[in-house]
Amino acid sequence: MTDVTTSAAVSARHDWASNAAKRRVKSRYAKDRRLQMYGIAAIGFAMILLGILITSLFYAGYVAFSTTKVELGVYLDSKQIDPKTPEKANYRKIVRNAFLGYFPNVKGRKEQRNLLKIISSGAPFILRDYVVDNPDQIGKLVKVQVPVSDPFDQLYKGVIPRQIDALSFDRIDTFEGLRQQGVLSAPDGRTVVKMTVFLDPERVSAGQFSAIANEAFKAFFPQARNTAFVEILGGDAAKRLQAFVEANPDMVGKTAEVSLPISTNYDNLFRTGEAKVRNPRFASDNVFVWFDALVTQDLVSTPFTWELFFNADSRFPELAGLAGAISGSALALLVCFLISFPVGIAGAIYLEEFAPKNRYTDIIEVNINNLAAVPSVVFGLLGLAVFLNVFGLPRSAPIVGGMVLSLMTLPTIIVATRAALKAVPPSIREAALGVGASKHQMVLHHVLPLALPGILTGTIIGLAQALGETAPLLLIGMNAFIPSVENIGIMQPATALPTQIFAWADSPERGFVSRTSAAILVLLGFLAIMNAIAIFLRQRFERKW
Amino acid sequence: MFGYVLITLIALSLAGFVLGRQRALAAVSGTAANLHSLPNYHGYFIAAWVGVPALVLVLVWLLFQGSVIDVLLMRSLPADKIAGLSQSELALLISEVKSVAGGAIFGTPAAHVVEAAERYNAWQSIARWAMAAAAIALALVAMLIARARIAKDFRARQGVEHVMDGLMIFCSAIAILTTLGIVTSLAIEAYRFFQLVSPLQFFFGLNWEPQIAIRADQVTAGGAFGAIPVYVGTLLIAFIAMAVATPIGLLSAIYLTEYASPKVRAVVKPLLEILAGIPTVVYGFFAVLVVAPAMRNFGQAIGFDIAPNSALAAGGVMGIMLIPFISSLSDDAIAAVPQSLRDGSYGLGATKSETIISVLLPAALPGIMGGILLAVSRAIGETMIVVMAAGIIASLTLNPFEPVTTVTVQIVTLLIGDTEFDNPKTLAAFALGLVLFLVTLCLNVIALRIVQKYREQYD
Repeated sequence: MTDVTTSAAVSARHDWASNAAKRRVKSRYAKDRRLQMYGIAAIGFAMILLGILITSLFYAGYVAFSTTKVELGVYLDSKQIDPKTPEKANYRKIVRNAFLGYFPNVKGRKEQRNLLKIISSGAPFILRDYVVDNPDQIGKLVKVQVPVSDPFDQLYKGVIPRQIDALSFDRIDTFEGLRQQGVLSAPDGRTVVKMTVFLDPERVSAGQFSAIANEAFKAFFPQARNTAFVEILGGDAAKRLQAFVEANPDMVGKTAEVSLPISTNYDNLFRTGEAKVRNPRFASDNVFVWFDALVTQDLVSTPFTWELFFNADSRFPELAGLAGAISGSALALLVCFLISFPVGIAGAIYLEEFAPKNRYTDIIEVNINNLAAVPSVVFGLLGLAVFLNVFGLPRSAPIVGGMVLSLMTLPTIIVATRAALKAVPPSIREAALGVGASKHQMVLHHVLPLALPGILTGTIIGLAQALGETAPLLLIGMNAFIPSVENIGIMQPATALPTQIFAWADSPERGFVSRTSAAILVLLGFLAIMNAIAIFLRQRFERKW
Repeated sequence: MFGYVLITLIALSLAGFVLGRQRALAAVSGTAANLHSLPNYHGYFIAAWVGVPALVLVLVWLLFQGSVIDVLLMRSLPADKIAGLSQSELALLISEVKSVAGGAIFGTPAAHVVEAAERYNAWQSIARWAMAAAAIALALVAMLIARARIAKDFRARQGVEHVMDGLMIFCSAIAILTTLGIVTSLAIEAYRFFQLVSPLQFFFGLNWEPQIAIRADQVTAGGAFGAIPVYVGTLLIAFIAMAVATPIGLLSAIYLTEYASPKVRAVVKPLLEILAGIPTVVYGFFAVLVVAPAMRNFGQAIGFDIAPNSALAAGGVMGIMLIPFISSLSDDAIAAVPQSLRDGSYGLGATKSETIISVLLPAALPGIMGGILLAVSRAIGETMIVVMAAGIIASLTLNPFEPVTTVTVQIVTLLIGDTEFDNPKTLAAFALGLVLFLVTLCLNVIALRIVQKYREQYD
């Protein structure tokens, strides 16, 4: 009884139109909108990250799709190249002479060596391959496009600058501190710092002028924790101080006000606002002059990098290609498909259509579910311990890679096949059984063909996952360095696309950053094609009952 | 040779098919209707008996031929030449013999190597011919036996279906064989490791420096195999990854199931799936190329030192990878909550957010937890991102701005380019692999249990 009265009293007190109630409702709806905003923010964040991921890969990778090449006019002297054995000639010398021929004024071994650094070290091989393919050109003047070396490739594409900042941010900060003390000036084109020095007679007589100058210079940086700032003082400051003392011998033992020059980089920074030095990737300033000469003579071009697809791997980024990796991946996927497709379908048919419901089949199902979630690196350990050590299969070979990948793809195919089999309606089965088919005939002749599009879709998605797998391939050694595509087979050492990406990502040369990104774009392209085929199959052939 | 044997076997199977068909038809003088099974089944019956056993023989032979010949070769080497050689030197000798046998001769190999190479070649060719002879003989014998059984009343269809059943059972059992293979191979190598290094040190030691053990004559030749820093690093990176992925994945799942219009859902869901389809090596490169330098620059701008291979960069990128995983599993869990619960909540006057927080999330919690556990298991087992973006040195720290290492990084770095199986350095990788496998297995089993149990509630 009391309960009723209290609740009645509460509801009586509760005025829905009161300002407090309105506020409450408002805040409740504000909360609702907040949650919605959080959701949008979360999705937006994920989308932005996806966008950054893709654009950064494109941004870093698009430059690798063109290669800077220089046109080399070569006279294929039949004295130097024997038409019977064109592959044996000294092409290094021929290329060298042809390229040096563009710059008759460059003399001296060191200069010439710097000049030759402009073209790729692979140029002689490119010329050799050209001559071997076109032996009728021997004795004629031919024009061959050879790639320039990596720094010039990057320079021409604008990836790396000719000059880089000479001073780091904290050095500039230190210098700013000095500038704000108003002691710097550039009276005659050279920045000097006005400072008070104590001309210690002992040091003067010992000739330690740089110690005097540094001692006095320290006064500008009372808070400095190290003595890095002494590099601001020019190398000739001590000499200038010495000259001052020699001109004013009476000042020794006294305090004098002198203006001492500061070093070149800081001098530039003070007068022009920036301090630049030549990019250390280039050997000398002359190389820019020579390279610009090539550009103005229209000898430099940037054609599409077919080499990326048709060259094998190389230590030089401008020559490195993916042919070995693509063929290795293709062979491994072929092996993977040949094993996992029939085995997966057969296993799935058994589990879905024939298996009795008992402990044995339960164990199999739990196993399949777990296999799908086992870390990929564990499959690599399995391949290493069993396929390589117990069975003695060759290391780095696509057959082992394919076998390991097939074990990883198997759960995907089995799950997809079971789903596809389940989707075939019972009417089909009953009709088949009704006209006298055996259970095997029913499954093989009627259910399986109808389930095939779904099975194929699942298989392609499984293979796409397998194409991107890296860790198991690393463990069985499928990251071999394959500099030629002549020796390819399922038992030969090979590399794969993702392991090639891993190897290139580890390489220090600047050109490999864009090569890696380009290789990733190629890999993502293959994945996109495979997924597109899967989606096409699903939409075109999969029947809804 | 294998190719020729294969072609011969296929040809024999085809011949068996034709033979079976003809013999069956001959048995009923051409009236197929009098046969118990269709004539083709008689053909399939013989073909299966010809092909399957011989093919199994060939495959088993090929799998073990290499190891058997290696053992024979090792035994045949003169005892005085291999006395005192370590296992790796022996392996080197064997590979030298093989390369000499393959015709790749550098310098002048020792006389016993040349002899061994000749023996090796001889054994190889004997093995090949023996395999071909055995396989073809087996096929022919099987053909004769199977042929003798063909008769008017022979139940050929059942025979073929039995063979098919056997093959299908074998195929479905490959999953079990794989699991068994993983467990036994990891356990055997880990056992060998624990004979060299005490399990106590491995599980509770605080110092992990396995790389020192490369050479036997070095001062600290034993190496240090205390894996606690490795576990801590793994958990730290997994924690960071989950801290990124869980809120984002969960919130986007809530938005997509409860707020988003079908149109938005149709666009956003596939986009999120793209994140799941990107290979992990790409995420690793992304971490190295973009995320780590960005974090470093940000740290410098606010006067804070962040290592280029910090746990934060690796964990953060791993978190991005896990977003779609958590999102889709939570999505399934929330969508599976019956409409009646939603309607009940709305009927009481709750707003959408109140319904989600007080009704849907508690109801979907088991499913969401299962998804999170699966994601944790993924984060622990993820390899390429950490191999590329995390550190190699195992330092015992919980500071996310410092580089740490993980179990998977150690497995890969310990095994890349090195296949000697007699030192603790390589065996340690298998011990780590065993731990990794068992931990992820437990997480998966628990997660799958939770998910399944929860599903039954509303079915």
